[in-house]
Amino acid sequence: MRPFDLQRPDSLDHAHSLSDGETATLIAGGTNLLDLMKLQVETPERLVAIDRLGMNAIEDTEDGGLRIGALVTNTATANHDRIRADYPVLARAILAGATQQLRNRATTGGNLCQRTRCYYFTNIDQPCNKREPGSGCGAIDGIARLHGVLGTSPQCIATYPGDMAVAMSALDAVVEIEGAADTRRQVPVRDFHCLPGDTPWRDNVLEPGEIITAVILPAPVEGKQIYRKVRERSSYAFALVSVAAVIAMEGDTIARADLAFGGLAHKPWHDPRLAELLVGKVPDAALFDRAADLLLEDAQGYGENDFKIPLARRTLAAVLAEATETTI
Amino acid sequence: MTAHLKQDEPDTENFLDTMKQGVLGKPVSRVEGLAKVTGTAPYAAEYPIENAADGVIVTSTIVRGEVVSIDKASALAMPGVLAIIDDERLTTRAAQGTAGEAPQQGPTQVFFWGQPIAVVVAETFEQARDAAKHLKVEYRAEEGAPLDPSDAEPEEQEDETVDQGDLAQAMSRADHAVDLAITTEGHASAAMEPHAAIAQWEGDKLTVHASLQMLNYNIAELADTLGIAEDRVRLVSRYVGGGFGSKLGVSEEVVAAAIAAEQVGRPVRVVMSRQQVFQCVMRRSETTQRLRLAGDGEGKLYGFGHEALVSNLPGEEFAEPVLQSSHFLYGGANRALKLEVARIHRMTAGSVRAPGEAVGMPALEIAMDVLAEKSGIDPVELRLRNIPDRDPEEDLPFSSHKLAECLKQGAERFGWDSGARSPRHTLDGEWWTGTGMASAARVHNVGEARARVTLKPDGTAEIRSDMTDIGTGTYTILAQLVAEMLGIAVDDVLVQLGDTDFPRGPGSGGSWGAASIGSAAYLACRALRRMLAEKAGTDESELVLRDGAVDGGRSLVELLDGEELSEEGHYEPGDIADSHTASGFGAFFAEVRVNRFTGETRVDRMLGAFGFGRVLNEKTARSQCLGGITWSIGAALTEALHFDPNDGHLVNCDLAEYHVPVNRDVGEVEVLMVEERDPVASPIQAKGIGELGMCGGAGAIANAIYNACGARVLSFPMTPDRVLEVMPE
Ligand SMILES: Cc1cc2nc3c(=O)[nH]c(=O)nc-3n(C[C@H](O)[C@H](O)[C@H](O)COP(=O)(O)OP(=O)(O)OC[C@H]3O[C@@H](n4cnc5c(N)ncnc54)[C@H](O)[C@@H]3O)c2cc1C
Ligand code: SF4
Repeated sequence: MRPFDLQRPDSLDHAHSLSDGETATLIAGGTNLLDLMKLQVETPERLVAIDRLGMNAIEDTEDGGLRIGALVTNTATANHDRIRADYPVLARAILAGATQQLRNRATTGGNLCQRTRCYYFTNIDQPCNKREPGSGCGAIDGIARLHGVLGTSPQCIATYPGDMAVAMSALDAVVEIEGAADTRRQVPVRDFHCLPGDTPWRDNVLEPGEIITAVILPAPVEGKQIYRKVRERSSYAFALVSVAAVIAMEGDTIARADLAFGGLAHKPWHDPRLAELLVGKVPDAALFDRAADLLLEDAQGYGENDFKIPLARRTLAAVLAEATETTI
Repeated sequence: MTAHLKQDEPDTENFLDTMKQGVLGKPVSRVEGLAKVTGTAPYAAEYPIENAADGVIVTSTIVRGEVVSIDKASALAMPGVLAIIDDERLTTRAAQGTAGEAPQQGPTQVFFWGQPIAVVVAETFEQARDAAKHLKVEYRAEEGAPLDPSDAEPEEQEDETVDQGDLAQAMSRADHAVDLAITTEGHASAAMEPHAAIAQWEGDKLTVHASLQMLNYNIAELADTLGIAEDRVRLVSRYVGGGFGSKLGVSEEVVAAAIAAEQVGRPVRVVMSRQQVFQCVMRRSETTQRLRLAGDGEGKLYGFGHEALVSNLPGEEFAEPVLQSSHFLYGGANRALKLEVARIHRMTAGSVRAPGEAVGMPALEIAMDVLAEKSGIDPVELRLRNIPDRDPEEDLPFSSHKLAECLKQGAERFGWDSGARSPRHTLDGEWWTGTGMASAARVHNVGEARARVTLKPDGTAEIRSDMTDIGTGTYTILAQLVAEMLGIAVDDVLVQLGDTDFPRGPGSGGSWGAASIGSAAYLACRALRRMLAEKAGTDESELVLRDGAVDGGRSLVELLDGEELSEEGHYEPGDIADSHTASGFGAFFAEVRVNRFTGETRVDRMLGAFGFGRVLNEKTARSQCLGGITWSIGAALTEALHFDPNDGHLVNCDLAEYHVPVNRDVGEVEVLMVEERDPVASPIQAKGIGELGMCGGAGAIANAIYNACGARVLSFPMTPDRVLEVMPE
């Protein structure tokens, strides 16, 4: 680990004045950042600890939704009464991630910004375009078991590894961001993370100096909520594939089908065409197949991760069958 | 004086059974447990040694070639940096278990990506780590190093080859023949405590606090490496946070600390990072195996074939002994066994948790399951029919053999249904459920051992040896054994281990520790009993000691009358090892669920029934079995080392990505101990325990996966993708 300066502002304004996004890095729970600093994947000269900035409440919003402060811990979010009652997909996604100890430290903002688990990204003696632009991608011809099959680029095939954001994407939550000089903006979770394209070093749309202040959940909707995470061991493992679903029926037909996928791409994957296809239809195996066809139309495997394509298909079918109580 | 025994004859006296204190075998809690859970038991890196500098190992970023130069000047200019050491005595691999001599030395020659090439010493750990990461190294790389076993011409391990009768012919006329190719992936020991050492010189005497399993061998390895006499070296490993084979031989950080401490003139601590522990200590080789079984209409084997290809670095003698138990577990007159090694440039392959059987037995037990199905015989029955009377290759008697009892008692306890078996019989929601079983076998080993037992005038005792307790319970069983034989309370025995200033024990490895060091303690105690008997005016065989007194007579304190009695026990394995085949045996039963959509497997229930000689402590023995069964679950479902195809480096080198089972992966586990007195195994009739729990268990899970969902997976670990690949729709 490199020596660094630690600063602990006590107001957002103060924080903005310290965090220029170039030499300073924000630290919240530290469960991701510190690991990467030990490996010298991240070598900030200054750390700006935001633990004194409040932002640790879960509040009702005017339209019946919830505003989850950026520093609310994952444990607090998952245990919150209204989240358990109205947004169970979120509570389940969080509880499917990491371990109790990690969730006690991990925060909303930090979880959204957690970095990929690509083995080559975390090993500074290997090439990686995300860590060191232009050095190449070790994974693409290497071991790509954890890697993406949707929206990849020849520069980077990494995945966003988290669970919480996948549920937030299905719920169409919004990230509240504050930049310097009191500029506030809201970005849907669905647009928050980037695809690697030609800028694989860019994980999300945060600009230098911007701070996530909260995530806003829209008013709850009717329907069944499911988070299904497929993994090799039953806890303490990142998703091979995960599906977050909010699905409602009206009589025999599907009335709502908000779906998001983890483990497949550089971002929680949301494909609006799936809802268009599913809504208004009577659920059956053939329909689920068509949904999977659509989802995976452009999927591309990289050898070690080829299995994710059929696995995503099957997991989607399982989730849709469970949600619509269809036998397949 | 030494009480010495070289065991050439079976010991059927079962002398321990005549002792009266009544503590041996009892589920006594670990005597050092409180110290461990309260953090007061110091592990290697934690010894409060003043003025210690920190060293960090630098590893290579080429596969094969030479270090041409290291830019020491710029690193030395970094804050706190004291030295950059690339001394030619530095070791670049760990020694193999029981080597007793220096492992590969000379850090300028590179044989694998991630090999240690230097050590950076600084005032603080962070300074050393930063400088290590910044060190500029120039290499001359030698291209074309084979990285995958399929790239290299395999070498046959001739001493493993068996060619008895005519297997090909047996296969062609068999009523039921099985011919399968099964693969297993590499494993890491994945002990909790990383490799660590603090070295300090006083004059020309070196003391190293290290985390090692076999001090008796390690001291010789370290002395040889440094080119100094053994009597100038002292190793201390009081507590070891798991070794599982990875700490059998002296490893790179021990040598690095010793050399660094010499050069900077103050104590130096070197702790490997988790990534380094994974990348540069030991791996279990991946294996490609071929199993051939030829059975008659009754399920009796008359042909048995097991071949395996494993890998290691050039020059390493160790070859994963995949066939170890295949040589004797089942009969079959026509036999072909062969072990081959491919020389490749991945990190060293060595002993990892039950080397050999851990991967050989599960493969064999899948083949047996296939044979059972083909011949329409219950899998338990099939195994019962094939237990040989004598070792089928060596034509030797077995020392004792509890496989049949384990199979029968295990099946009964588990509720094994011996009716007709066909896969996909029960779908519970999304989950196929099914059962499977396998035999367990693990060769029994013992090693030369010495221990000194002292009976103090106050009637308490002390036992000393350089034996280690790597978390298995050695402290506790030795306290129980001494207490039992001298008729005193367990709390009145002080056990001092893990210091080469004490008599030399065998070390912990290959599950041989308890039987070996226990025998040395036994011999010492017998000698003390003879002295006491003399004082009491009776014969040792008549001497009954209980609760600190001769039964119905004088107390030990009175008997000793201010005198201290002390004796060293010295146990040596004798000729008996050559005239018998000795092994632990057992049986595994598993019940699993396989998700019909995702192919995820969960182990709901497992039972292991084991016969491994005398149980010295019911609780620690059971814990060993639970650990072994947990390893079985890891080997079956999750554990796999992944190597980069371009430079052979290990990619998943931490506990987040190398998946050992977590609590939730381990369902209900039951252990049935089938007590046994093995007269050949050791004078205390005990055998090895820990590893047996891993020797076949993954096969039971594999067979249960097949029974549940009809997927006959032939590659371990059976991850969801592999299950889905062969799961019928
Ligand atoms: C072994 C292990 C297993 C794990 N398993 C899972 C899993 O299964 N599923 C899962 O989802 N996660 C998993 N995690 C990841 C865990 O969820 C994240 O580490 C955690 O959520 C990060 O939160 P933090 O507050 O600790 O972030 P930090 O480590 O403090 O920060 C992470 C990043 O976010 C930035 N950041 C933090 N707060 C803000 C803010 N308010 N505004 C802007 N940027 C900010 C930081 O600058 C940093 O770049 C695992 C982690 C570990 C170590
Ligand atoms: S996949 Fe992305 S993160 Fe991984 S090595 Fe390639 S560029 Fe780096």
